[in-house]
Amino acid sequence: MIYRESGQYKTSYLNDSQIFPIKQDRYAVLAFIAFAFLAVPFIATPYFFSAILIPFLIFSLAALGLNILTGYAGQISLGTAAFMAVGAFAAYNFMLRVPGMPILLAFILGGVCASIVGIVFGLPSLRIRGFYLAASTLATQFFVVWCLTKVPWFTNYSSSGVITAQEVKILGFHFNTPEEKYLLVLAIVCVMALLAKNMVRSTVGRSWMAVRDMDVAAEVIGFKIMRTKLTAFAVSSFYCGVAGALFAYCYVGTVEPDAYNLDLSFRILFMVIIGGLGSILGSFLGAGFIVLLPIVLSYIVHVTGLPNSVTSNVELMVFGALIIFFLIVEPHGLARLWQVAKEKLRLWPFPH
Amino acid sequence: MKLKFVKALAVSAVAATTALTGALATAQEQFIPILSYRVGLYAAGGSGFFGGAIDYFNLVNANGGINGVKISWEECETEYAATRGVECYERLKKKNGGATLVEPLGTGIAYGILDRLPADKIPMTTLGYGRSDAANGQVFPYVFPLITSYWNQAAGMIKYLGDKSGGMDKLKGKKIVHLYHDSAYGREPFPVLEAYEKQLGFQLIKIPVPHPGTDQNAQWLQIRQANPDHVILWGWGVMNAVALKTAARVGFPREKMLGVWWAGSEEDTIPAGDAAKGYTTMTFNTPGNYPVIDEIRKKVYGANKGNLSDKDRIGSVYHMRGITAAMLWVEGIRNAQNKYGKGKVMTGEQVRWGLENLNVDEKRQRELGALNMFPTIKTSCQDHEGSGAVKVQVWDGKAWKAVTPNWVVGDRAMIQKMVAESSAKYAAEKKITPACLPG
Repeated sequence: MIYRESGQYKTSYLNDSQIFPIKQDRYAVLAFIAFAFLAVPFIATPYFFSAILIPFLIFSLAALGLNILTGYAGQISLGTAAFMAVGAFAAYNFMLRVPGMPILLAFILGGVCASIVGIVFGLPSLRIRGFYLAASTLATQFFVVWCLTKVPWFTNYSSSGVITAQEVKILGFHFNTPEEKYLLVLAIVCVMALLAKNMVRSTVGRSWMAVRDMDVAAEVIGFKIMRTKLTAFAVSSFYCGVAGALFAYCYVGTVEPDAYNLDLSFRILFMVIIGGLGSILGSFLGAGFIVLLPIVLSYIVHVTGLPNSVTSNVELMVFGALIIFFLIVEPHGLARLWQVAKEKLRLWPFPH
Repeated sequence: MKLKFVKALAVSAVAATTALTGALATAQEQFIPILSYRVGLYAAGGSGFFGGAIDYFNLVNANGGINGVKISWEECETEYAATRGVECYERLKKKNGGATLVEPLGTGIAYGILDRLPADKIPMTTLGYGRSDAANGQVFPYVFPLITSYWNQAAGMIKYLGDKSGGMDKLKGKKIVHLYHDSAYGREPFPVLEAYEKQLGFQLIKIPVPHPGTDQNAQWLQIRQANPDHVILWGWGVMNAVALKTAARVGFPREKMLGVWWAGSEEDTIPAGDAAKGYTTMTFNTPGNYPVIDEIRKKVYGANKGNLSDKDRIGSVYHMRGITAAMLWVEGIRNAQNKYGKGKVMTGEQVRWGLENLNVDEKRQRELGALNMFPTIKTSCQDHEGSGAVKVQVWDGKAWKAVTPNWVVGDRAMIQKMVAESSAKYAAEKKITPACLPG
């Protein structure tokens, strides 16, 4: 009953093209964001910030980036972690080598560097698709990590190839505590998610989806394949680059190139698949699933009091089983599950 | 098999509940979080190391604790992943009155929590890995690369190779191949090896092996052609066994191969079978049996409290490393108690002082039942490593045997200079004013 939309008429184009056409949705989302900004900093513990919320937001952003490329433009990629690495190391070098560089600009420039790398490694997508493209993005993954360990300039000649993120300071304000970093990450993620949502509803997003669904047809109706695919690579890598920079600056602090390994790429790909391909909400749900579930599981198995050698394995097994379960129940991801629930809710309690 | 497993579950559940109620009864306990990894690629090492540490904790508790203070701990699975490790650290750091020290046994995790340590006032030990320049306690007050770092290990390797050839000057004109895991870890010794190359005049050939290193035919062909006098194997995981097998196939004598200590455990040689015979590696433990290990067998495994499921692994390389680490932590806590009050629970800050003023000499080692098991250690604010000595061991086909009767020490002055330079750079980047923390 609460989810009634009777009486909500779309009387203008503006009304019709809103992100959340249903009033209840709109208020719920606004309330949720307000809660995240205003209430969470007062109620969450430092553990929550630095071990759960910050990584969740950062991985959501990375998943969002990959979702643009894989979910919307249909180009499969295994190089997400590499783009994150480019973003992080570029931001580090901008901060190091340009005196007085504002950190937000460094994040953006890090993202831009990642976009450039993305465009270069996106070129093969013009000729190949599917699994073959996955193999060529795999090359990005290995090349970038190799390059960062091989060329000492990128890591400021650190013998171990490790960089230490500089202090995060915006307009004289230091972001030191987990709460402050959380708010910074949250703000960046909110802005970028809003941008992404609008982008996929615009011409650019529609051209991506056209190419995803059938590129020959898209070309026939007038989309330039090259431009479409490369913008998808550029925008996706930009998002991943910013996520990578945030990973270094707001989460771990000191990183080695190996932190951005193939494993991370796969994790983000799983987030997108489990969350839902081609859905902004799905990126967040998927990141939540992959980041939070192992933690929750490890708490649950811990309570049982089994020896640790057993719990570690049980944890992995349950996690794997849950992934398979969800994919069988809903192959289109958690976002689809949510959508179905919403449809039902709209008709409840009188489904014809 | 199934029944056995169910039975084991039931027994352990009962044991755990009694342990839980026991923990509630005595609140005065020294809490140490164990960021272990028992699943994944590196589970073999992780279960041995953390099993050793927990076995030693059980032994200390069975003997009445540290001046009456029992040790309590909680494990958290990191899977050797930095993100999981950071989560575990954050989860456990405030538990049970606060963590007193931490040891993640993983470079990625160590880096992930490095910046958080000073704010949380929790010391971290990194035995045999991590930042070599963290030996400078003025810049890294909360990090302790105890016993020895990668740089001292590399220096020790060259010293050993020099001694083996009959003098350091005899290395002139020789060829040394550095076969390394192509990662930050494999590149860590570059500055040391290059400095020695210049100083001693040998030819250093660096050959990378991409991760994970399951195929090394090309690299060994290159080695075969270069025909070097020594091969340094700076490997990790499956790469080590493959290197040994490939060396055997191309007929390169294993006696000329010198591995890093992460390439020197039973887990590395047993998979290579006969190919590993005669292979030498560095180590910071002297292989063998010690009174303390016998005591663990009797009091811990005898009481069915042992952490390793396979009793044959007692005293294995990783197990012994875990015991050594736990022994040094306990010594650090005991040391802190001597200053801040015997029989009291120490805070992280106090344990930090204890680790910074550690002095485990031969007399103390004998009392601990571990004479010569690891080098003597004396730490200070300037030297968080405390030793820098290493040993060489050889695999005889069944077990590791010590090659060098004495501890090998490389050019410490040179390493100290490099540590000073590198840590000064870090301090400048992070805007730290190097200073010793007051006790």
